[in-house]
Amino acid sequence: MTIAAKRTADPTGRSSPTAPRRFQLLRYRLDLKASPYLYIAPFFVLFAVFGLFPLAYTAWVSTHEWSLLSDAHVFVGLGNYQTLLGDRYFWNALGNTLSILLLATVPQLLAALLLAHLLTLRLRGQTFWRMGMLLPNVASVVAVAVIFSQLFGRDFGLVNWVLESLGAGRVDWQSGSATSHIAIAVMVAWKWTGYNALIYLAAMQSVPREVYEAAHLDGASRMQQLFHVTVPMIRPTIVFTVIVSTIYGLQIFAEPQLFGGGGPNGVTGGASRQFQTLTLYLYEHGFNRGFEFGYASAVAWTMFLVIVLVALLNYLFIRRIRSDS
Amino acid sequence: MKTRPIRAAMAAAAAAALALTAACSGGGDDDGKITLSVGLFGDFGFGPLYEEYTKLHPEIEFEERIAEFADHHTNLTTHLATGSGAADIEAVEVGYISQYTAQPDRFHNLLDLGAADLEGQWLDWKWQQALSKDGESLIGLGTDVGGMAMCYRRDLFEQAGLPVERDEVSALWAGSWEDYVEVGRLYSAATGGDSFFESSGNMFRAMVEQADEGVYDREDNLVVESNPAIGDAWDLTVEAIEAGMSNRLQAWTPEWNAGFNEGTFATIICPAWMTSYIETNAPDSAGLWDIATVPGGAGNMGGSHLVLPAQGDHPEEAYEFIEWLTAPEQQLKVFESTGNFPSTPGLYEDEALTGLTKPYFNDAPVGQIFTAAAQAVRPQYQGPLQGDVLATIGQGLGRIEDGSQTPDEAWTQVLADLESF
Repeated sequence: MTIAAKRTADPTGRSSPTAPRRFQLLRYRLDLKASPYLYIAPFFVLFAVFGLFPLAYTAWVSTHEWSLLSDAHVFVGLGNYQTLLGDRYFWNALGNTLSILLLATVPQLLAALLLAHLLTLRLRGQTFWRMGMLLPNVASVVAVAVIFSQLFGRDFGLVNWVLESLGAGRVDWQSGSATSHIAIAVMVAWKWTGYNALIYLAAMQSVPREVYEAAHLDGASRMQQLFHVTVPMIRPTIVFTVIVSTIYGLQIFAEPQLFGGGGPNGVTGGASRQFQTLTLYLYEHGFNRGFEFGYASAVAWTMFLVIVLVALLNYLFIRRIRSDS
Repeated sequence: MKTRPIRAAMAAAAAAALALTAACSGGGDDDGKITLSVGLFGDFGFGPLYEEYTKLHPEIEFEERIAEFADHHTNLTTHLATGSGAADIEAVEVGYISQYTAQPDRFHNLLDLGAADLEGQWLDWKWQQALSKDGESLIGLGTDVGGMAMCYRRDLFEQAGLPVERDEVSALWAGSWEDYVEVGRLYSAATGGDSFFESSGNMFRAMVEQADEGVYDREDNLVVESNPAIGDAWDLTVEAIEAGMSNRLQAWTPEWNAGFNEGTFATIICPAWMTSYIETNAPDSAGLWDIATVPGGAGNMGGSHLVLPAQGDHPEEAYEFIEWLTAPEQQLKVFESTGNFPSTPGLYEDEALTGLTKPYFNDAPVGQIFTAAAQAVRPQYQGPLQGDVLATIGQGLGRIEDGSQTPDEAWTQVLADLESF
């Protein structure tokens, strides 16, 4: 703005360009050509410094025997990856992560869809309900995990108290595989269902009314409208939420860590590693005895590849929604 | 001229920002004050002592950072490795001290700062634990020691028809841990299967701490498989688990904390520092808990040192403070206020220490009990990954407790897991 103002004020006086004039012209051209790049540069500079560089450096570290406790870094090539693929605790962690991901994401997105559908109906206090959806998401992960860990407590947990008063037995949520996965999935779902519901709601509001009217005339019920009209119409949004939830779900850390309590079970995800996720596995090797950063970096890169793979599979799967409609 | 005021405003804002940052960074040492940061796990009861010290040395101020037990040591290791972020003064628990004495150059050598003349002040083994392998540098000064006793619930013992007075209770298991397990059987039978103790890992650890040799030999080799004391402790613990005596709790979890008040278990191994933990965790149970002697002789569990990471900027001031803080007079004050037992034997004859009782524990003579416990401790060598090894074995016991493995499977997996250490 300032440049433009100057430019209109300046060229009145002189007709023949002198040296300073030419310099000004040059500066102006440079400004015009380079400025846009300069404006967007901060993002790319920051991304390079905090995104690209660490990524590349992690790859470099992963090819070394690199402990935080010693200054010698021995090059081992793909040795860390080899050890990793041969470690049954890694496969165990991968299995746990996928299981928790499924348990958390599928019900969560279905519930979000239903909630969003309900929110499109005419409700009293619409803003209140919509804002309320976002509240669990605003709470810190740690607070959520701490509170839910107490709810799922074995002796004094609210969930067990309810189960018992309903006549069902107490459940030691932490010690079983399935039970611990369910408990962790509930924490994730509680935090993210409302968030996804709002995203779906936004997408649903851009679906033209006429489509629904046509469906209504054809005698489609509300549920049929949801699954045969709304879902295909908001497919890009569904793809987005599925991929974002997948990425989040494959990286969950705070929930299982806090669920395991302050001792060694918080690192290994239970005494039998029944709820150790990939990130916890990474943490166990990177930030525990040994501080094996080389190995932990190999875990990080393997996780990255797993995430890309799963996201890709999800994308292909979700794309079929269109062909069905 | 719309641009001028905007520019002027921006310049003013920039100038203000600069001035602010200048003001902030200038607030530190310029006024002659030195702030010492102190990194602890849990409350060490130093609060009133900071104030007292600031009265003596007005130029020193304190900033206490408290983290959780496991996080504290992980963070400290990371900060040492990366060369920044550690507090001026850090607490290190005994299970981790060898890990740090193995890298003495990361700490200020306290022998150079004036500790060389003070050796006789501490229990010999407490002093040794903070010495580097070559004996050239001392990285920490001892705070408390964890001579063991056994805390028990009077009300639950009474309901089970067991003796209630502490001398009689001590006599129940005076012979050995086998007697303790026998009492556990009686207790379970009388109560219809209530838990006798909180976690098998703690019972196992107590037995190991009493042995001459623990999980490491003096050359830092793991001897878990070959040391008969470990095998015996494992077997007896498994026996207790199979008899259903364990409450299957994990230390430092909310359920465990609640158990002290709710009485879900009747006994717990009680190093001196545990008494204050019980007291703060179960304020409503005053008078219900009491303290007897531990089976199997004396042993040390826990206790800490204060170390000065080399990255700290005020070694002299920090040293002067921890020398004062770990002096007998101050250790006595900490004991009186929290129950953490002094590591300076000079106090063990002192009436002020031996005469101390705790109303919460039914007026148990904690001074006498823990003095006797501390004096009888035979030092055990602590290897570099002591804490982690014990945690790994504890998890093996946990797998037996929750029924996911048989004792043999659990033991095999423990040994396999230890291979990777």
